[in-house]
Amino acid sequence: MRHTRTRSILPAAFAVIFVGCGGGSETGVQHKSITIKGSNTMVILAQSWAETFMRENPGIAVQVSGEGTGTGIAALINGGTDICEASRPMKDVEKDQVRSRHGKDVKEISVALDGIAICVHQSSPIQSLTEAQLKAIFTGRITNWRDVGGKDEKIVAYSRDNSSGTYMFFKEHVLSNEDFAREIQALPGTGAIVNAVSKDPASIGYSGIGYASGIRVVPVRRDEKSDAVAPSLETVRSGQYPLSRDLFFYTTGEPAGDVKAFIDWVLGPEGQKICETVGFYPIVKK
Amino acid sequence: MVLSLPRLQRIGTLSDRLASILIKGSAFVAILALILIFIFIGREALPVLTSPEVHKEVDLAKLFLPQASRPGAAAEFTWQPISEIPKYSLAPLFAGTLKVTIIAVLIAIPLAVAAAIYTSEFAPPWAREAIKPCIEILAGIPSVVVGFFCLMVIAGWLHSAFGWTYRLNALTAGVGLSLAVIPIVYTVSEDAFSSVPQSFREGSIAMGASSWQTASRVVLPAAMPGVLAACILGFGRAIGETMIVLMASGNAAVLSWSPVDSIRTFSATIASELGELVQGSPHYHVLFFLGAFLFVLTFVINLIGRWWVGRLQKRLQGAS
Repeated sequence: MRHTRTRSILPAAFAVIFVGCGGGSETGVQHKSITIKGSNTMVILAQSWAETFMRENPGIAVQVSGEGTGTGIAALINGGTDICEASRPMKDVEKDQVRSRHGKDVKEISVALDGIAICVHQSSPIQSLTEAQLKAIFTGRITNWRDVGGKDEKIVAYSRDNSSGTYMFFKEHVLSNEDFAREIQALPGTGAIVNAVSKDPASIGYSGIGYASGIRVVPVRRDEKSDAVAPSLETVRSGQYPLSRDLFFYTTGEPAGDVKAFIDWVLGPEGQKICETVGFYPIVKK
Repeated sequence: MVLSLPRLQRIGTLSDRLASILIKGSAFVAILALILIFIFIGREALPVLTSPEVHKEVDLAKLFLPQASRPGAAAEFTWQPISEIPKYSLAPLFAGTLKVTIIAVLIAIPLAVAAAIYTSEFAPPWAREAIKPCIEILAGIPSVVVGFFCLMVIAGWLHSAFGWTYRLNALTAGVGLSLAVIPIVYTVSEDAFSSVPQSFREGSIAMGASSWQTASRVVLPAAMPGVLAACILGFGRAIGETMIVLMASGNAAVLSWSPVDSIRTFSATIASELGELVQGSPHYHVLFFLGAFLFVLTFVINLIGRWWVGRLQKRLQGAS
């Protein structure tokens, strides 16, 4: 029957996509290889770095996988990866585990900056929101736009599904780890959120900065007294914009050899330029 | 060399036997696959019932009974697996699944059955030649495309026409889902109508019945078992469909009676949450438990439907 066939093709297609993402950089003959494991948010970034780096250094293979920051950290502790990519700082407990296993300190390297844009419909009268207001909206304590200076209208809030790194970032930084309200709609991608927000005048959502088109990005204030800051290269890099974060590489001990060469290249002008092409920001040189 | 008759027959029986083994084998492959899938799902779901490791986070009581979200708060049904206190209540997902399935079936069955009656009983041949393949092509559209269409177009239409609070809701997803159900119900019930013997219609017309009377009082009752089977197939498709509901239902696990609230279904929950999970974590096993639950649910519905169809068939044969 036709319908059973279409139904079984989809999962198969997904499987192909997942497998394709996972083991893309296996090339066989090369002897030297660097493995990078960790953050799902960073996987596109790390993949672009790896591809360009491998083109310029044909002798070194870089393998990237992005099962999640937690998985990457576990791999670093177990000695299963050279570099752990992480979209949150490592906890002290985790650093201690690496030290007791390998007798070396963890080296933390900030490699890129990321910001989360808060978006509303083009016609929304909202000029800015404080972090406290965002928290109240997404935990369900504020459900009407009237309470944050808008029209008397129910707020329709969109979020990512809970396997997303951006979801975790938002939950940790904006909701201080409280639960999202049950009424918050979870959409299966940042593009879907932007699309939904662009069509619904009473809606609010969050997305990576690179995605924000067709909607209005609302400037965010740390609290009622501080200025409203819109996300941009300058405000994210200066740390003025509240919803920004560092993205990290972690290694066991000081990086050496090929790993060092790769990290130096990532931090160099070429590597940092790639950040911008995939929607992140270059780090601030200290 | 001329083969003697017995020898020819022997070769014939040999190839016959081979063919029959091959065909039998391929039929059993389907059963084997079904059993293997069932074992796999069951094995991954079982720790929810047995593993003390998993029980620290979730057990049957937490799956089926209301639970307080934090100490002191009122107990309620919540699906919130990523949390300080993970909450795994199945009630909102079950309600959501049922809501969208019923809406889709309520839209699809009348439309599809009416279309099937029209094409088999009333339509001139050219109309039948045009309508039938068109509806069947609808079944070939991948559900992700239907979901996307629903998200981008249908949701917008319905939202601007009715002004609901939530643009993505159970009704919107139900309308999209009905697009996937219609072709199945149509095809199977059209077959049922066509297989009603021509003599029934001739007899009815000869008795002076109009063609509407013939269709509604003779052909429809005679084809009823087939139509019912079509409805059950449609229901099964709707309850397990994933992409359309994932894209168009809003995926908020809200427990309510309103058809225009957002919902979250079993299938969409599995699809969106399984990708990022640590294998063997409680959350992972709970998702397999959901899968097993859905599997059993469709199995039971199919079983009841089959029994009902069989009973109806017997009664019809007894009457004729």
